[in-house]
Amino acid sequence: MKTIIRLISLLLLLALPCAALAAKDGYHTSYTYNYDYWGDIRESPDAYKVNQVLYSSTLGLETPMRRPQSLFVRGNMLYVCDTGNNRILEIAREGDVFTLVRIIDSVSGTTPSTFNSPSDVAVDEEGCLYVCDTQNNRVIKMDAQLNFIREYTKPDDSTFDQNLSFLPRRLAVDSSGRVFVLATNVNKGIIKYDTDGSFTGFTGANPVSVSMWDYVWKMFFTTKAQRAQQESFVPTEYENICIDKEGFLFATNTNFEEYDLLVDGAKPIRRLNSIGNDILIKNDHYAPVGDLQWVEQSIDKGPSKFKDITVFDNGVYVAFDRTRGRLFGYDPQGIMLWAFGNKDNSAGSFLAPVSLEHMGQDLLALDENGASITVFSVTQYGSLIYEALDQYLTGQYDESADTWSEVLRFNANYSPAYVGMGRAMMRQENYGEAMDYFKMAFDRENYGRAYRYFRKELVEDNIVILAVGVAALLIVPLILGGVKGMKREVEEHERKKHRR
Amino acid sequence: MNARSTGDKRSMPQGMSRYLDSIRYAWHVIFRPFDGFWDLVHERRGTLAAAHTFLFLFLLTRILKLMFTNFQFIDVPLQYINIYEQCFSLLIPFLILCLSNWCLSTLFDGKGHFRDIYMAMCYALVPYILIQLPMILVSNMISFDEAAYYSVMISISILWSGYLVFVGLLEIHDYTPLKTLIFIGATIFGAMVILFLILVFFSLLSDALAFFISLYREIAFRLY
Repeated sequence: MKTIIRLISLLLLLALPCAALAAKDGYHTSYTYNYDYWGDIRESPDAYKVNQVLYSSTLGLETPMRRPQSLFVRGNMLYVCDTGNNRILEIAREGDVFTLVRIIDSVSGTTPSTFNSPSDVAVDEEGCLYVCDTQNNRVIKMDAQLNFIREYTKPDDSTFDQNLSFLPRRLAVDSSGRVFVLATNVNKGIIKYDTDGSFTGFTGANPVSVSMWDYVWKMFFTTKAQRAQQESFVPTEYENICIDKEGFLFATNTNFEEYDLLVDGAKPIRRLNSIGNDILIKNDHYAPVGDLQWVEQSIDKGPSKFKDITVFDNGVYVAFDRTRGRLFGYDPQGIMLWAFGNKDNSAGSFLAPVSLEHMGQDLLALDENGASITVFSVTQYGSLIYEALDQYLTGQYDESADTWSEVLRFNANYSPAYVGMGRAMMRQENYGEAMDYFKMAFDRENYGRAYRYFRKELVEDNIVILAVGVAALLIVPLILGGVKGMKREVEEHERKKHRR
Repeated sequence: MNARSTGDKRSMPQGMSRYLDSIRYAWHVIFRPFDGFWDLVHERRGTLAAAHTFLFLFLLTRILKLMFTNFQFIDVPLQYINIYEQCFSLLIPFLILCLSNWCLSTLFDGKGHFRDIYMAMCYALVPYILIQLPMILVSNMISFDEAAYYSVMISISILWSGYLVFVGLLEIHDYTPLKTLIFIGATIFGAMVILFLILVFFSLLSDALAFFISLYREIAFRLY
């Protein structure tokens, strides 16, 4: 009987962890959230709220938008590439009112003068328009009065496969007028054109990565016929590009394997310098890859695939995920600021996310299937985060600490704020407190740095006590040993006396 | 020194002094493993009580390490840590490995009894305890840049314990080094087989129980 009771209590003891595990499902999310150090979702206050949703009817369009592909913002002007109707919409914003200025559907001075499935649009500082005229195999540059200036066509170069038709898909224009184009079926990277329209080469090609296992499998375990059917090892195409304020290209990549994401091999977001190397800063525990967890049984499973990306003037970048219709904001250090969005019909959600732009701190998101543009404006919480980031970058450390503590009043789970507070405390040489803040954010490097200063101060302040302590540790045993030795000598002497 | 320890022995009950001696003997075992493990078993220098103590200290070290090592050096989601889970996830594999080694070595003329194997394995854990316990304190005194010192010490403790496991098995079974290595591999395989059998047993048991429960329900349903 006793053994049975013992066995049962042992089993109950074993069952305890199971009960603890069952209580948590971990997938419940609010609209806006962030990931904590452990990769768990932490609900957060909304950083953005829906200001309004622009439909064809609100803009007063006679023919509604059909499968629009791209947005572009210059100043307070918004350009929509209405691909299905072969036109570009120019929309002006004043306050919260968006009014249609003109519909651009032709360009004078070239043939054909109309567009055929234009898929992207960009405007430079002088107001010249660049249009990816996909099915006409060209990128057109025209002035603000829609007079043809120049076209960028299939590169007449041996590095470009002349059998391929040139289908420009996405473009970006830098401040000096160089044009970067992504074309369908071109996997050598981003096509570069100089200011005069001449092709200057490719940049930022995806390196081909072949794993050992893939290679062995292909070489020894497949027949020739099977190999012909399989895809060959080629670099992948980028999904979208945009240019940040400093002239670096931001590119998103959606062709990768899920396991590559875990080891930061996929690099879905890249910042390319002039020679095409990825220089994106990743100082967070997790690389900027969007969602870290998802429900495997759901329809919208799989990693985040970034359809578009936009970069704020202060270096914050926002990526637009088509898998779950979410927006992910990252600071210039690669730390996730917030994430929000959904895939359904309600305002602030998307059916088929396709393009994202920013106007000041507002975000404009284009939905392809819904043919609508959602305008998000920043909330007090969101603007406090931006303010604190800017204050830190401009060297106002005390002020940024104050702003971060404001942010923490909104959201006590916000680890970027703890890091911000810690960094400000460190600048103020308040190392003990800095350590506490870094510890809360699990920021090892910064904690170690703060701790070294803290330890240095501690040692310097207590150098006398330490010295005495060390000396005592060395000297006391010596004295004790001496006393013992003396005692033994005395005892032996006594014993000898007795023996005599 | 010698005079004092005999003096202690006289004033203490005999079992207690033998226990303390066997604890102290671990020092000899970890530095002179070949001699130490032989005498541990054949000269009866070790006691089971001491072995239990070392195993307990090992578990304690493990838990203290999870709780108090500075977060710079260890990734512990404390909110998910369960002490029972941690203990059993070490204890059960340890015991199953000992069992599997005993099963195999008795078949292939190993000289060790189960008691000897268990004792030797527990004594082999001593370097882990002796190094990792102070390293908990040290981890709170060094910074992230000095992580190399920490990880070197941790590696030493694990390698040392691993070496002792090897020598211990070699000595108590009176095997050659190569045979010991082969048997370590076989022991791991054997442990997997034991785990498999346990799983099969419990799944069959639950099936059988489910059968009888449904049988009872069926009969009860028919009768009323």
